[in-house]
Amino acid sequence: MTSDTRTDTDRSRTDGELAEQAVVPMPLVRAELPRWAPWGILVASLVVVGGILAATGNFGIGLTLVLGALLYAVVTYVVSRSVEGGRKATDRVVTIVVNVAFLIALIPLISVIVTVLQNGIARFDGAFFTNSMRGVVGEGGGGYHAIMGTLIITALAAAMSIPVGILTAVYLVEYGKGRLARAITFFVDVMTGIPSIVAGLFAFAFFALFAGPGIRFGFGGAVALSILMIPVVVRSTEEMLKIVPNELREAAYALGTPKWRTILKVVIPTSIAGIASGVTLAVARVIGETAPLLIIAGLTTGVNLNPFSGRMTTLPVFAYNSYAAPGVPREPFIDRAWTSALVLIIIVLILNLLARLVATLFAPKTR
Amino acid sequence: MSKAVHAKDLNIYYGSFLAVEGVNIEIKPKTVTALIGPSGCGKSTFLRSINRMHEVIPGARVEGSLTLDGKELYGAGVDPVGVRRQIGMVFQRPNPFPTMSIYENVIAGQKLNNKRAGKKATDELVERSLRGANLWSEVKDRLDKPGSGLSGGQQQRLCIARAIAVQPDVLLMDEPCSALDPISTLAIEDLINELKTDYTIVIVTHNMQQAARVSDFTGFFTIEGTGKPGHLVEMDETKTIFSQPKQKATEDYVSGRFG
Amino acid sequence: MSAPTTTPATATPSTKPVRQLGDRIFAGSATGAGVLILIVLAGVAVFLIAQAIPAFTASPAELPGGKSLTAYIGPLVFGTLLSALIALVIATPLAVCVALFITHYAPRRLAQGLGYVVDLLAAVPSIVYGLWGVAVLAPASLPFMTWLQDYLGWIPLFAGPVSATGRTMLVVGVTLAVMILPIITAVSREVFLQTPKLHEEAALALGATRWEMIRMAVLPFGRSGIISGAMLGLGRALGETMAVAIILSGSGIITFNLISSSNPSSIAANIALQFPDSTGVAVNTLIASGLVLFVITLLVNSIARWIINRRREFSGAN
Repeated sequence: MTSDTRTDTDRSRTDGELAEQAVVPMPLVRAELPRWAPWGILVASLVVVGGILAATGNFGIGLTLVLGALLYAVVTYVVSRSVEGGRKATDRVVTIVVNVAFLIALIPLISVIVTVLQNGIARFDGAFFTNSMRGVVGEGGGGYHAIMGTLIITALAAAMSIPVGILTAVYLVEYGKGRLARAITFFVDVMTGIPSIVAGLFAFAFFALFAGPGIRFGFGGAVALSILMIPVVVRSTEEMLKIVPNELREAAYALGTPKWRTILKVVIPTSIAGIASGVTLAVARVIGETAPLLIIAGLTTGVNLNPFSGRMTTLPVFAYNSYAAPGVPREPFIDRAWTSALVLIIIVLILNLLARLVATLFAPKTR
Repeated sequence: MSKAVHAKDLNIYYGSFLAVEGVNIEIKPKTVTALIGPSGCGKSTFLRSINRMHEVIPGARVEGSLTLDGKELYGAGVDPVGVRRQIGMVFQRPNPFPTMSIYENVIAGQKLNNKRAGKKATDELVERSLRGANLWSEVKDRLDKPGSGLSGGQQQRLCIARAIAVQPDVLLMDEPCSALDPISTLAIEDLINELKTDYTIVIVTHNMQQAARVSDFTGFFTIEGTGKPGHLVEMDETKTIFSQPKQKATEDYVSGRFG
Repeated sequence: MSAPTTTPATATPSTKPVRQLGDRIFAGSATGAGVLILIVLAGVAVFLIAQAIPAFTASPAELPGGKSLTAYIGPLVFGTLLSALIALVIATPLAVCVALFITHYAPRRLAQGLGYVVDLLAAVPSIVYGLWGVAVLAPASLPFMTWLQDYLGWIPLFAGPVSATGRTMLVVGVTLAVMILPIITAVSREVFLQTPKLHEEAALALGATRWEMIRMAVLPFGRSGIISGAMLGLGRALGETMAVAIILSGSGIITFNLISSSNPSSIAANIALQFPDSTGVAVNTLIASGLVLFVITLLVNSIARWIINRRREFSGAN
């Protein structure tokens, strides 16, 4: 059968083609650019572009890099194509594009970090962590009230979201079937897409109904944040519960363990690392929320530790307000805004590291 | 310590799909019964219905009668959780709990149900169960290490120790050696021979040599075609099944002409 | 057998009701949590609609801006869509390249760290990006925008005149792009990593170069992942409040001119800016605009989900 096909194919070819194939074997060694060539071309391109720009009096670092990269790509393509062929040349150009794109993406991200560090370090002092803004008009003062507000509101939001989120995930993975489970899955997806400002509006609309349109208090902010946090907790917990092998559940059932104990003592302990790190990331996600808190938690200069009455400032709102509506003189306000941003980034960083730590600490060990 | 299992006109369904039809079987105490047959013939389904594990799959149900020493397993008010405490199970792939140590895995049945026993009694139970599973000498110095750190064969024996630690009457084994190497398989087969002095054992296997080696009785399941229900063709002493079966289908299967 | 049993399956009578109770309580609370989510969501819808209704029924003169509701919300919708679109156009190709770099080009040891950094950047609060946008990007992009006006001014997008502060639609778009870049990158990276090794090796075994392998195996497999990542990024950009609020001083106009000083604001930013000082019907109007934003993001997210789910069915991963 196979030999038949082969003879057919062979017959359909001309003798010349066959001869040619026999004579010219596929080469194993092909012309290739030397290893230093890409770097050589890169340096040469930058020097040439820089030189031309300097000669015409338009020299600038940014412009040199941009045009230099362009020239680098073009020259590489031409040279590689002539030596190595078109396919290799395309491969080289794509490599350049990907690398350059990565560097471009890196610029703003590094710039963000550097800017916040540079501007925030000025007021990153003891006073910032111990003083509030009560009675402060110019220099001095700090974000103590905002830090406390952030901690209280986020803790409240977490206290509401984590049990509801985890229980919902347990329902969806272990119990849910039929219409209710489908509806919950769908609406959790819907909830994921709620813009943060809309969550703030909801909390306001809800509480304004009971307390009038002037209502501003910390607990409302916590409610708004829970709406943003619950779907994140549900999703991440669900993923983690799903990857617990069914065999473990069966092993527990076969020992005569009721379902709820199986879930509490086998399923959740097995996935606790993933759940905990997912929850930590969810906290990190909402701790930087500004918009809903601006609406429902409001703004104040003093320390308010009671989330159920009175306005409560949080760090992001404090940062925003200090920057957008500074007093006179401006500088101390701007400095405080940057320091708030720095503190926020540090908190988020710590939470992320914590999530990683938790994931490795709680993960089931194999030895 | 060991009880008889009786099935009478047992039909097993997944939703409206009839998976196994009309099983009549009598499993005697302190014997090893092997269930053989081609893939998909319902032998695992039948095995899982004995301790009501098949109910884990939504929509699964049975008709007919299944009794343990004359007590109906599917009677009104019978809690499947209680059934599973008396009929233990060992699975195809070893599945020790990854969050528990070897020690904790053995007493998982107690631990999961929050039963407290004295330290001494628990230690004794662990040693007895691990000795019963021929694992004691290999792990006695590292009882506090995770169970998932053992080799596959050791893990499977740990699972057997875990199953016998709750002191069941019947031990079900669903292809317990299919994920193991020949040497570990041999260790498990030896263990089965020892265990039958205390337990009624039902084992599903694809390996006919294994069935011949370990079992006293053998039941042959088969299926007419896809979509049709599986059924028990013949059940007899193992010698008889492998030397002079009464049914043509059984003979074809054990002699390798089919399946 | 330790427990003497009369009916073998029921175990000891004393424990059975307790067990059933435990199961019932646990199942009940899990179900209750799920139902609570439904109730809360229904609450969000009901309260927002209830609070928005006065804006629909009020006479145009009472509304902010003094014209009709559509005249008020229209430019905001336009601004929202425009800024998010700019962000998407800039961020998506970059994000795909960055994801490719991390998964297929970077040295293996570097790749994991980079992946972590990207995840971290996705968690940086938006207010930080907003501050950066107005303090660094806006002034820094002035020369570039002037250049755009000088050489590409014939395109309506870059008609100018360039805003003196640099606080323009283009800067907002770029800031949002920086914000959503880590999100799209994270999603794309995930799917690129999931590309079956077999497919990649099959391509390489046929003699493909690295780029040809990516084009044959990685991109087709990851396409829907990229799209859904972009959609999630778009959803985030649409709902983004603070970056827009802090950079733009919006006026209710509709213009495609990206670099001038008069720009439409976005819905979310407008709410954040106006809400603290609003009363009466103005509040209802803002809530109505929030409702519109909700519907837009809902649509975008639904499309993203749909794409993800469709992929799931075909990938055979489950």
